[in-house]
Amino acid sequence: MQKLDHLKESPSQTAGPYVHIGCVPNFAGVSGVYDSDLGSPMVQDGVKGERISVSGTVFDGTGTPLRDALIEIWQADANGIYAAGDPRGAGDPNFTGWGRTAGDSATGLWSFETIRPGAVPFPDGRMMSAHISFWIVARGINIGLQTRMYFPDDPTLESDPWLTRIEHQNRVQTLIAKQTGPHRFQFDIHLQGANETIFFDV
Amino acid sequence: MSDGALFHRDRNWQPKGLTPDYKTSVVRSPQRALLSMNTTLSEETGPVFGHDILGPLDNDLILNFAQPGEMAIGQRTIVHGRVLDENGRGVPGALLEFWQANAGGRYRHKKEGYLAPLDPNFGGCGRTITDDQGGYRLRTVKPGAYPWPNGVNDWRPAHIHFSVFGPSFGQRLITQMYFEGDPLIWTCPIVATITDTAAVEQLIAPLDMNNTVPMDARAYKFDIVLRGRRSTLFENRMEGN
Ligand SMILES: [Fe+3]
Repeated sequence: MQKLDHLKESPSQTAGPYVHIGCVPNFAGVSGVYDSDLGSPMVQDGVKGERISVSGTVFDGTGTPLRDALIEIWQADANGIYAAGDPRGAGDPNFTGWGRTAGDSATGLWSFETIRPGAVPFPDGRMMSAHISFWIVARGINIGLQTRMYFPDDPTLESDPWLTRIEHQNRVQTLIAKQTGPHRFQFDIHLQGANETIFFDV
Repeated sequence: MSDGALFHRDRNWQPKGLTPDYKTSVVRSPQRALLSMNTTLSEETGPVFGHDILGPLDNDLILNFAQPGEMAIGQRTIVHGRVLDENGRGVPGALLEFWQANAGGRYRHKKEGYLAPLDPNFGGCGRTITDDQGGYRLRTVKPGAYPWPNGVNDWRPAHIHFSVFGPSFGQRLITQMYFEGDPLIWTCPIVATITDTAAVEQLIAPLDMNNTVPMDARAYKFDIVLRGRRSTLFENRMEGN
């Protein structure tokens, strides 16, 4: 019999406690190697859409904030187009769609200054509710955790083709940010516990 | 064409979240099952990084933090290889970021407490972007092994951390490269989070004498594989959705 010639994905290893040296070295105090850390700012003047701030904290199973996590987000622009790789065309030239930040080294609080994304299509053509994709790495996390944030005032959540596939609907609220002020959203991530965030194998 | 869904991750090849011998994972691993989904545009797209972000020394850790005329101390080492996808195709334009301890096993970080000295000419970070064949290379000093607080006498094998950014956000990966012949590989609780020996072997870079620069630097080869993508030809989905 012939062999399938697929390769295997490289195994993940934890980002460890010093991920900041590699991914946000200026934040980590290793200055002078790069002009600035990648992943910020996400928006430039002239960006289309509602400018928002999204902040939160990642908590471990004891309720302690992670102060050494690295968070990345990826989202569509205000028209629901991704900045790169989107077969439907080019996105807003004043928006990168991608953000990276470290939590505050004392409190663990992280935040992104971004815009509210538009809806993007599910593979069957139905629209998915507007969302921001998250990827979280840290010491003690063996493979990056993937989740999504949705908006609390979005009237389409009840029919969203992704959210409605979740069996335990009482957990869907772990994916919905809280609005804490005009254009301000809070999205706390719980790695364990009663409010454990839904993480996806996607 | 390969512009469909990403291949699903093999979660038996990848490390599990909960690996009690690596103690920090106990309170940082999700306890509920991950929810399996097929990828959408949100995972199949991703940011693009241009070569214009790179400085001339970004992939040279011997020089990129050193004072003018100085160099980092240690065994001069070249690491080269390719970024491929599971279909075996080179991945051009992938952003690789790498970080490591210095030759004595010490990181330049305020939380680092190991008594080995800092090297004033070594920062410990670098980056590059793969060429049109998926190839890359970097120059560094071989990192030292270092002790870490887990068991009372746990030592990390010499390693270089790699963060890899392919064209899809769903391919996002952080891993570590180990060096051929290091006996500490097989005693390390972080390596052992990977249970399949063949998977561990995929992270061990062989010494590559053909690419060694005589009288200058030894070379190690380290290929990295990202998730592949299906062909839309085989998918029951509308074009242009
Ligand atoms: Fe390390």
